[in-house]
Amino acid sequence: MTATTNNMRDWLLSDTPTSRRHARVASTYQAWLAFRSNTLAMFGLSILIFLLLVAAAAPLLAPHSPFTQDLANRLAPLGTDGHVLGTDSLGRDILSRLIFGSRITLYIVTLVALIAPLAGLLMGTVAGYAGGWIDLVLMRITDIFLAFPRLVLALAFVAALGAGIENAVLAISLTAWPPYARIARAETLTIRNTDFISAVRLQGAGPLRIITRHIWPLCISSLIVRVTLDMAGIILAAAGLGFLGLGAQPPSPEWGAMISEGRRFILDHWWVATMPGLAIFTVSLAFNLLGDGLRDVLDPKDEK
Amino acid sequence: MSALKFENLNVWFGDGRDRVNAVRNASFEVQQGESFGLVGESGSGKSTIMRALTGLVPTWSGRMEVNGKPLGTKRDRAFYKTVQMVFQDPYASLHPRHSVDHVLSETLHLHGFRDIEKRIERLLEDVGLGPSFRFRYPHQLSGGQRQRVAIARALAPEPSILLLDEPTSALDVSVQAEILNLLTDLRDEHDLTFLMVSHDLAVVGHMCSRIAVMKDGEIVEVMSVEDMRALSPEHPYTQHLLKASLGYFRDEEEPGGEPLTGTA
Amino acid sequence: MTDLLEVKDLWVRFPTRRGIFDAVRGISFGLGRERLGIVGESGSGKSMTGRAILRLIRPPGQVEAAHIKLDGENLLDKSEAQMRKVRGERISMVMQDPKFSLNPVMTVGDQIMEAYRLHSRAGRAEARKRALEMLEAVMIRDPERVMRAYPHEMSGGMGQRIMIAMMLIPDPELLIADEPTSALDVSVQGQVLQIMDRLVKERGMGLIFISHDLNLVAQFCDRVLIMYSGRVVETCDAHRLHEATHPYTRGLLNSLPRLDAPRKRLEVLKRDPAWAEAPSVGPEA
Repeated sequence: MTATTNNMRDWLLSDTPTSRRHARVASTYQAWLAFRSNTLAMFGLSILIFLLLVAAAAPLLAPHSPFTQDLANRLAPLGTDGHVLGTDSLGRDILSRLIFGSRITLYIVTLVALIAPLAGLLMGTVAGYAGGWIDLVLMRITDIFLAFPRLVLALAFVAALGAGIENAVLAISLTAWPPYARIARAETLTIRNTDFISAVRLQGAGPLRIITRHIWPLCISSLIVRVTLDMAGIILAAAGLGFLGLGAQPPSPEWGAMISEGRRFILDHWWVATMPGLAIFTVSLAFNLLGDGLRDVLDPKDEK
Repeated sequence: MSALKFENLNVWFGDGRDRVNAVRNASFEVQQGESFGLVGESGSGKSTIMRALTGLVPTWSGRMEVNGKPLGTKRDRAFYKTVQMVFQDPYASLHPRHSVDHVLSETLHLHGFRDIEKRIERLLEDVGLGPSFRFRYPHQLSGGQRQRVAIARALAPEPSILLLDEPTSALDVSVQAEILNLLTDLRDEHDLTFLMVSHDLAVVGHMCSRIAVMKDGEIVEVMSVEDMRALSPEHPYTQHLLKASLGYFRDEEEPGGEPLTGTA
Repeated sequence: MTDLLEVKDLWVRFPTRRGIFDAVRGISFGLGRERLGIVGESGSGKSMTGRAILRLIRPPGQVEAAHIKLDGENLLDKSEAQMRKVRGERISMVMQDPKFSLNPVMTVGDQIMEAYRLHSRAGRAEARKRALEMLEAVMIRDPERVMRAYPHEMSGGMGQRIMIAMMLIPDPELLIADEPTSALDVSVQGQVLQIMDRLVKERGMGLIFISHDLNLVAQFCDRVLIMYSGRVVETCDAHRLHEATHPYTRGLLNSLPRLDAPRKRLEVLKRDPAWAEAPSVGPEA
């Protein structure tokens, strides 16, 4: 048993890979080892895994339905029978609403994390590599979107298309992508002048191949790190929109909306607003820690 | 027909007030099968000539010919199959996320070769790297090994002219010897024409048969390596370079023969 | 003649994911008021030796030695605060690229004056005068203008001369120069070396010249140590380097292309693992 584990370990740690697959697996494993040594990052990762599991198993975990109202039991404090985290102003179980709300949070976060960085990557790398007027035009478009305050844009969307989670996501994505474009462009400008790009140009590679196969792999790590660090902001933005009633609509158990509903009771029944607040805080913190850990692992500077 | 011909080549960066003339009125020829050295200190324009030749610097005027064909602003596939370049810094000339296999197969693919597997194996063998190096990433290679990969990449399209931009200046002395020997062997095997840029006269003297000495963008002298070895250059700057490269002299003799001023 | 610096059994170790890496493995040498060259390729441990003497190696790097004695005092016994007084005042270091060792946001004059005032109680006026003197000593023609300039406005050769001025202004006893001319053009190298040569001789300083350039070290120094894989494999007088006996040294000498001795192929160094295993060659009796 120990012999095979040793062999496996050597294979994974090998400096002389024997095939494409071997090389890829080995470098992923070694990156994982580097990540694993960062305790805080692992802590963040475990919280996020926990969040995923909770969201996936929500119907099994939640003690009550998130929508059932029990007006006789409204604003029940923590620990009242059957309600570990108490109930809100309509008697709904807060814990169950938090559990189901995690799905909404994940949904928002995933959508924005997919749309914003990818849009930014595209704009930024094309602008950075092409230069000239293409760069000028794309960057001015970026500036225009950067200038929009998130909530104002969301209000505009709501006015035009009606409130709802999808529109909230769209609004957040539209204001979140410009910083990624800037990062991608800055990286592209540096990478563009390196010898390895000159070398592949001298092999006859065109701009498409250079951007997608040479520049993107190098930009992606800084974008991933930036996304995880932005997650906190995205969750809070969604919460803010929910708070204003522009995001998820009642009776949807979105965490921000829950804070909004509980605002009125904060003095006497503090748990109605604080519990969802703590949930948001924990998930944001987890993403931050994960982002820090990823940056240490993905930073290509120590590869000499 | 010469392999490379430069006539009144001017290369500049920037325009208007910020224009810097990196190469001024350079003219020389490299014959088929010859190894020609471009020597000079930093800022002399030697690397810029090669970059203009390969199309990496578009702001030039004058005339450049490869195998008799004049060059314009763009370079085509045929050019890249004839002329290839090895860069100076082995730590910067390989993509950090691409394995050796990826680099070579991409190159072969871009030039339209089909039997990629076989060619990769042969290229690695030609540059003295066994198959065990094939799937490594650059950070798992030493400086000399990386430079071998860069040479393999340059040889993949089977060029006839190889441009070498200070190929060993970032390497240790013992590794330099290996790489220079490798280049010598490959040159004989594939009948290559070399244009080599270096600041190291000994390296150029070892590899080349003729050299052009550059200072501040201009070619000050073109001579054969025998003349250089006989220490019989005509231009004072060449004499100065030769003396300086022969080493440091204590006390009495000042290398360079120029008074110490504040303008170094 | 080993009264200035004595290093005995120096080890420098770095923990890595694959175990402990020994950069320097038990070397010993002595230095008087002379010029000692330490030659080696990358990975030989030569730069680490220089840094270890100045105790510039931070954890997780570990430095161990029987002693590193400067004028009889063991530097390893000193606290960090005491070492700060040693650095600059008694031992100085000139590094390879002035682009990276001069502060880009301070004027040259401010940096040199700071170097002086860190180790003396002089006021600004006095420091300024000394700075101007030092700049003249390194043959800078227009010291007033250079005092007001920023490092990026200087060429490589001038930058390195400024570094030398800055490092010698507190009048140290020992100068460690780590590849001081490797980033310079060949015609400027000679000038910078001459300046260093003259200043070291005038002040009766000791000099440790670390380089990968065997010929340069042989011409510039009095004695040479050749390092390989963290150990000293040979020591000899500089002018007798061509009589060196160790196969590594001979290999290095023979693998250099030479203008005056053309060959078709260069001799390639065949590394013998025994070289790394043999104990370090100690100081000459």
